[in-house]
Amino acid sequence: MRAGRAKHVWFWAFVGPAVAGLLCFSVWPMLYSLWLSFCHYEVVAPPRFIGLRNYVYLFRHDAAFWPSVRVTLVFTAIQVPLSILASLALALLLHQPVRARGWWRAVYFLPSILPQAALAVVFGYIFQADGGLLNRVLGLAGFAGQAWSSSPTWALVVLIVMSLWGFGYPMVIFLAGLQNVPRELYEAAHIDGAGAWARFRHVTLPLISPVLFFNVVMGVIAALKVFDIAYAFGMAQGQPIPGGPARATLFYGLNLYQQAFGYFHMGLASAMAWLLFGFILLLTAVNFRLSRRWVHYAD
Amino acid sequence: MHRRSTLATAGLYAALTLIALAMLVPLGWMVLTSLKTQPEILRSPPAWLPASPQWVNYRTVWEGFAYYRFFLNSLFVATMVIVGTLLTCCPAAYAFAFYDVRHKNLLFGALLSTVMLPAQVTVIPLFKGFAALGWVNTYLPLIVPVWLGGNVFGIFLLRQFFRTLSPSLLEAARLDGASEWEILWRLVVPMSLPAVLTVVVFTFVWSWNDLFNPLIYLQNEELCTLPVGLLYFIARAEQLTGGSTGQIPWHLVMTLATVMTLPVIVIFAIVQRRFVEGVAASGVKG
Repeated sequence: MRAGRAKHVWFWAFVGPAVAGLLCFSVWPMLYSLWLSFCHYEVVAPPRFIGLRNYVYLFRHDAAFWPSVRVTLVFTAIQVPLSILASLALALLLHQPVRARGWWRAVYFLPSILPQAALAVVFGYIFQADGGLLNRVLGLAGFAGQAWSSSPTWALVVLIVMSLWGFGYPMVIFLAGLQNVPRELYEAAHIDGAGAWARFRHVTLPLISPVLFFNVVMGVIAALKVFDIAYAFGMAQGQPIPGGPARATLFYGLNLYQQAFGYFHMGLASAMAWLLFGFILLLTAVNFRLSRRWVHYAD
Repeated sequence: MHRRSTLATAGLYAALTLIALAMLVPLGWMVLTSLKTQPEILRSPPAWLPASPQWVNYRTVWEGFAYYRFFLNSLFVATMVIVGTLLTCCPAAYAFAFYDVRHKNLLFGALLSTVMLPAQVTVIPLFKGFAALGWVNTYLPLIVPVWLGGNVFGIFLLRQFFRTLSPSLLEAARLDGASEWEILWRLVVPMSLPAVLTVVVFTFVWSWNDLFNPLIYLQNEELCTLPVGLLYFIARAEQLTGGSTGQIPWHLVMTLATVMTLPVIVIFAIVQRRFVEGVAASGVKG
């Protein structure tokens, strides 16, 4: 009995700081920002309750809101499938018996951990109209270059390419999933005369469906929250306010940051934050619901 | 297993090499550009290779633009964040791994679920709170949350590893009269050094690369960390370089980017296997 009580004391002593942190830095700010989203709050005066007016303003009047929603959804709809396909294809390649697998894996993973601010700057330079590496290589091949980074049409494409460079995380998780597929299953399928595609479709895919699901959920959440690359990219283009050209790269996260810390519309920005959070929760719930149909957990 | 034709093998390695090049070319271009002169950058078309490597660029940014200060700031913040992570994540992971307390899993789930919470939701109240405390333009908003278990991923990873240790070892130590605190730091942590190292590296990379938080809390240039310092340099490049051409001095920008990227590359090169396995664990068991 005494030992039991001592254990309780130790438990709470050990997790105490983390619980305090959970309350101070997650639970309280979360609830307080929900409250702020119903307030007029622009820092100089204390928050004043205004009901749903922030939300109505965003939906009806704010010029930047819908463009930023559009940019983010387009980015998510293109980037996530491409990134999943690329990382799965790479993981399947690396799952073959290849020499120095660890070395390839490390090289493919490397860009994922580099500072995104630096990457965005490097890519901005590579995609520049004058003297950019891409246009030079295209020129050698006889193609006309483009002002990629400063073109409203291409800037978002540049950011998608840049973010695909970081497919290392999902790739590594796919690889781990592939390594958990028992070899005997392939051999059994092989003996049954299943071809490569049939083996992939009926053995590999069902067995890695949990990691596929994990990667899709995490990929969508990350895509909806993009900030670093968009901000750094805009700054590297010399834009006084990142998000250009012509709002082509005004991601939702970037728009929110500017509302909050550029214009100090903090009540409005809180409403934006809760719309984002609500959307993420909704999408994750839908994903989990859909996943019952296609995700197979081994046990 | 299945035999592969020579052709398929050649194709496989060709594909692997091509993708590896796509990964490395931008980094190579960054380093090459950092070694060029301004005329070499501005020439049209610019030079592929520097005529002679301009190592002086590194000295220029280091001394001329107080870049060493950004570097030291980043190093200081990362160190404090790592210390805080170890001091709070190890005990918490130990408690979650070894103690049977009611609602333990509920609490652990609540901690883990904060990973889903977008920083955008919490940042405004946190900014308001930190401003009220007078902490804006100090490093405290970057450090204090981590000292209070803010590194949930660290807790998760350490707990995974601790659970593989045999509880009978702990019992034996308890019979010898060791306190829980001693068991944690003298027995469990030394036996888990690979996992602890993984967490240290993850934490370092995360803190070193962070743009969002320093951007919000550090408005004073002297306090900037590297990512903010880089962007600040670009925004004021004309002024800083004498404003001769209205052009961004890309060779110096790439020098800064290299200085900031290189430590991460070096650390990754040393511990890449463990690091990648840590990432894999987060997805497969999580």
